[in-house]
Amino acid sequence: MLHFARWTVILIIAICAAGILATIPNFVSKQEVESWPSWIPHRQLVLGLDLQGGSHILMAVDTDAVIKERVDTLRDDARQILRDKRIGYTGLAAHDRSVSVRIRDVAQTDEAVKALRDLSQPIGSILTGSTARDVTIQSTPEGQITLDLSEEAITQRVSSAVDQSIEIVRRRIDELGTTEPSIQRQGADRILVQVPGLDDPARLKALIGQTAKLTFRFVDLSMPATEALNGRPPPESELLYSQDDPPAPYLIEKRVMVSGEDLVDAQPGFDQRTNEPIVSFRFNSSGARRFAAATQQNVGRPFAIVLDNEVISAPVIREPILGGSGQISGDFTVEEANDLAILLRAGALPAPLTILEERTVGPGLGADSVEAGKIAAVIGTIAVVIFMIAVYGLFGVFANIALFINIALVIGILSVLGATLTLPGIAGIVLTVGMAVDANVLIYERIREEQKAGKSAIASIDSGYRRALSTIMDANITTLIAAVILFYLGSGPIRGFAITLAIGIVTTLFTAYLVNRLIVAEWVRLRRPSAVPI
Amino acid sequence: MRLLRLVPDDTHIGFMRLRRITLPLSATLSVLSIVLFFVVGLNFGIDFRGGSLIEIQTKDGPANISELRQTVGGLGLGDVQIQEFGAPDEVLIRVVQQEGGELAQQAVISKIREALGDTVDYRRVEIVGPTVSAELARTGTIAVLASILAILIYIWFRFEWQYAIGAVIATVHDVIMTIGVFAVLQLDFNLSSIAAILTIVGYSLNDTVVVYDRIRENVRRYRKMPMTDLLDLSVNQTLSRTIMTSLTTLLALIALYVFGGEVIRSFVFAMIWGVLVGTFSSIYVASPILLYLGAKPESGSGSKAAVAAEGT
Repeated sequence: MLHFARWTVILIIAICAAGILATIPNFVSKQEVESWPSWIPHRQLVLGLDLQGGSHILMAVDTDAVIKERVDTLRDDARQILRDKRIGYTGLAAHDRSVSVRIRDVAQTDEAVKALRDLSQPIGSILTGSTARDVTIQSTPEGQITLDLSEEAITQRVSSAVDQSIEIVRRRIDELGTTEPSIQRQGADRILVQVPGLDDPARLKALIGQTAKLTFRFVDLSMPATEALNGRPPPESELLYSQDDPPAPYLIEKRVMVSGEDLVDAQPGFDQRTNEPIVSFRFNSSGARRFAAATQQNVGRPFAIVLDNEVISAPVIREPILGGSGQISGDFTVEEANDLAILLRAGALPAPLTILEERTVGPGLGADSVEAGKIAAVIGTIAVVIFMIAVYGLFGVFANIALFINIALVIGILSVLGATLTLPGIAGIVLTVGMAVDANVLIYERIREEQKAGKSAIASIDSGYRRALSTIMDANITTLIAAVILFYLGSGPIRGFAITLAIGIVTTLFTAYLVNRLIVAEWVRLRRPSAVPI
Repeated sequence: MRLLRLVPDDTHIGFMRLRRITLPLSATLSVLSIVLFFVVGLNFGIDFRGGSLIEIQTKDGPANISELRQTVGGLGLGDVQIQEFGAPDEVLIRVVQQEGGELAQQAVISKIREALGDTVDYRRVEIVGPTVSAELARTGTIAVLASILAILIYIWFRFEWQYAIGAVIATVHDVIMTIGVFAVLQLDFNLSSIAAILTIVGYSLNDTVVVYDRIRENVRRYRKMPMTDLLDLSVNQTLSRTIMTSLTTLLALIALYVFGGEVIRSFVFAMIWGVLVGTFSSIYVASPILLYLGAKPESGSGSKAAVAAEGT
């Protein structure tokens, strides 16, 4: 037990050196690390949001809205097809996951089914060779036709809506200019956004929470909006409200002249005449063509700029707008105009996002926590160090050397892994300090016992290490099991704790059993002691 | 240099004689903890109950709690808890989960921000909606149960079934006692409390395993010794280590409790309690329970465990 092969010694020292080297970057500033030669490790511990301040926002894509949108489109498409084919129908309606319609002339049912079959698209990639279709069509002899959305079609829709949303949220957050935001998919329908160093998450939430669906539509002048409010609006139009307080009603055509998808650019600016903040935009060529045609034929008619079912403004077309660019004014503040431009540039979310969880830590609290954690770690370590020397003397010093290497290894490994240090993570390190001595205590107590039983110094040390090993292994593996489970089932800060605890256990086994034993072996070789001073 | 001796070299404390007092005591306290859990209940934090938590720091002078209580209480947000948190200018505001799903939780923050305006700094804002809180409660429970199960299997594999059962009883005892303390003191029970409990599970097992390891070794060595004496001997032999390790861990934890800041204080408190209970249970619960499970000196021979021990 006290003999070490030369290569083992080299390996142990190399690991210790590497651990200490990997720890060093954490003690200097980031700028200084950058200027170091490339062979020195550069990675520093990443501070968690709880330590550096920032926002963690978990959102879910509104799957019901995704499905509803799909079903509504299906219904509108069905209406279009039946009209084009001049098939009489009644009771066309959208349900939760299906669309139903009754064909007036039962004889036309087969023809209708055949025409509607165009709505059914194959799903899944060509690679998987799946023959599933997104819509299944059923008909009864009485002329009742049902179009059902399949489960796979819904899953696929939601999944692509999440992908799309992530992309759009990313584009929007990038505009905020914060450093290293992280946007991840979580589970089937969730998105986790983490933005470090953000004090006030309100603007962030406003920016990512808005669907930002922009449409240009005509105002329906067939009846005044107030009349539609009391009676029934025409089927092709709907009542929408302005952003004013109190909101003013507008009767707006459902048909979209041009939508936000046709925008190529949007920039905040100022109106040259009124000096009010505005957003100017440019259409792509097809959008510009449609906008030009629509405005040419409707000079004198008001159209509405609608954002997320709210009327931003409803100007009257004074002259055809042919250049493909325009501007939106609507009592904006400078920041509102700026944010609207960001939203329009980034595009609309396919469905609304619901915020499920939000955790924001201000930078002040984060800094306080780092300070408190450091003080606790230093004082805890000093207390343990003094205690060990008081109880084990020289061997306590040996244990302390191993302890320092242990802490260096934990921090070094965390740095190299690029792991995030959280407040519970610091607790994990402090706990490691406490537990790290346990392995040494087990060994030293054994040595004491063996010596008391009359063995020589070298024999006591030798069998002390040998007999403590299985106990140390059993004791630490149980803790490791708890840490691993904590890691897989926990989230956020708890994971940080689990990681440091798990790494701490592994490094503890290494330092207590190899580093400490190596030091003691060297001591025995140099001093040839007749008794162990513990 | 004279070294500090915490435990005399040769102790012959009759731990097992005390079992007629300690076992009923442990059992009573455990039952009491369970009763408290069901009657009084835990002070579940927003992680498990949903709702919002806001930590603020007043800009000028100490916070006026009663004024804050009036301002925030008057917003119609239901049950609002306001308490000093650390320094006198730091205040924690807890608002229960609002009716009306995920969106309603968001409105709480804007209302409070509107009411308090610029007089305070917002140091921490946490909102947990109903979907997530239910999930966190479920995964938290699963985590604790899964780790106990995994450890049970490990010990079963390494020792014998009596030891596995004994260790699990001792661990469950510690978990129950910790939950009892959370109920008595009405400490905020949140995600980090689960982490604390799992660490306690690990620590308590660690302690128990060390004692069991020695018992197993002695079982092999002293085949004729009555089990009670053998347990006493084993606990005495490991006593010095048990005290040393508990003390060093406690030293580190106390430093964290005193200097680590308010945010993790209840987390650290739970761990300190866990270390104390874990140490107690490895001596007074885990060991005597072996007597009742019928672990006998003879049963050690020929078994897998004994063969493994022989090899070391």
